[in-house]
Amino acid sequence: MDAAALIPLLLTLKVAAWATLLATVAGVAAGALLAKFEFTGRDVVDAILLLPMVMPPTVLGYYLLVAFGRRSALGQWLENTLGIELVFTWQGAVVAAAVVAFPLVFKAARAAFEAVDPDLERAGRTLGYTEATLFTRVTFPLAWRGIAAGAMLAFARAIGEFGATLMVAGNIPGRTQTMSIAIYEAVYAGDDALANRLVLISSVVCVVMLVAASGIIKRGRLRPQRL
Amino acid sequence: MRFDVDIGKCVVAQGRTFDLAVRFCVDSDRLALFGPSGAGKSLTLRALAGLIRPDRGRIVIGDQVWFDRGAGIDVPTRARRVGYVFQDYALFPHRTVEQNVAAAHAHWWPSRLTRDARKAVDELLDSFAIAEVRRSYPDQLSGGQRQRTALARALATRPRLLLLDEPFAALDDTLRLRLRADLVDVQRRSRIPMVLITHDPDDLIECAESVVTLAQGHVAGDAMEAASWSTAATRMAVAATSD
Repeated sequence: MDAAALIPLLLTLKVAAWATLLATVAGVAAGALLAKFEFTGRDVVDAILLLPMVMPPTVLGYYLLVAFGRRSALGQWLENTLGIELVFTWQGAVVAAAVVAFPLVFKAARAAFEAVDPDLERAGRTLGYTEATLFTRVTFPLAWRGIAAGAMLAFARAIGEFGATLMVAGNIPGRTQTMSIAIYEAVYAGDDALANRLVLISSVVCVVMLVAASGIIKRGRLRPQRL
Repeated sequence: MRFDVDIGKCVVAQGRTFDLAVRFCVDSDRLALFGPSGAGKSLTLRALAGLIRPDRGRIVIGDQVWFDRGAGIDVPTRARRVGYVFQDYALFPHRTVEQNVAAAHAHWWPSRLTRDARKAVDELLDSFAIAEVRRSYPDQLSGGQRQRTALARALATRPRLLLLDEPFAALDDTLRLRLRADLVDVQRRSRIPMVLITHDPDDLIECAESVVTLAQGHVAGDAMEAASWSTAATRMAVAATSD
């Protein structure tokens, strides 16, 4: 594989991995909260959290630019205190991909937590479990399969991210040019050979992710664990 | 064990409200809550375990106040030390029989059992005749094995009180006869007071010492001895037929 294909591929994997991590942590937390607690406005919160799935990525990218740009308070705070600059950087691409991929993990996590039989959690309570023990010993082990499947879909989605990423991180070869953007540019420049290679790689990664995700859901029980 | 219970709770489910107002005071080591389904037996049992919070009233078990709305006391479930056998047993499907029985010793992070806990688990597995299926998962067990695993898991907490929700409902008749005797035997040996829910009069006669009858969310009549319950029930049946 030549550098023209390898560099965007590695960058994409790095961005997608970080984005999946962020989206999974946030998605599991949000999914657990919404599955566990009934509060007024829960449906509204649910709708807002799912919004990135239906909103045009360019619109999302614009919001992110406004929120994290140099002129915003949040953007200035990130730059001054943490030294993180998001506009036209690969970290910006991570944030864009994470926001776009978040609903996939959130939805899967919420469904997985809601599918856990409440009697099993009640049983844990009668056995003296604290809320932390209940989560690590009962709820999470029974829900992780659904969460993992959601995380894989999020990873695939993050790899394919185009619109929001382009808005926030731009198209700087070697720095923010991910695969999807490189494909766009290759086609635009008439470099069909490069476009073909990149498209093939993207397709293979996505198919592998989908097969793995359905495999996780279908596979039998967990390996027996230590007591 | 003395049960002094006076609780009220309003439950709304699928647009219908159910008013629970249960009050009984009874001294018994094998108490049965008896009544048809929908009488509020399960709600009462859950309130005893602290799994639901009553709207009003108090629960005093022995010399301990577990719940007192007026005084703001609500001991959390994990501190009440009750063994609870759920109607469909609620065994952890991702854990083996052995791990289920050892579940009371688990911490939030996986860790090895202490020597004492190990020994206690082994004893329970032996005394409930589930040692040979210790590495099996709940869905590989027979109904009787499942029930015994649930009982062993509940007793592993060394509970102050054992609560059983329709413990024989999921079993076939021959098994039921044997396990009733087993349960009474377990109670006598462990001397742990128990409360069981049932809608089967035979369960009362075989297992219970005292009976509290529930109907439509209220206690019907007084708590009575299980022995006199059967004659009372017979009397009521005779009275009903002679009308």
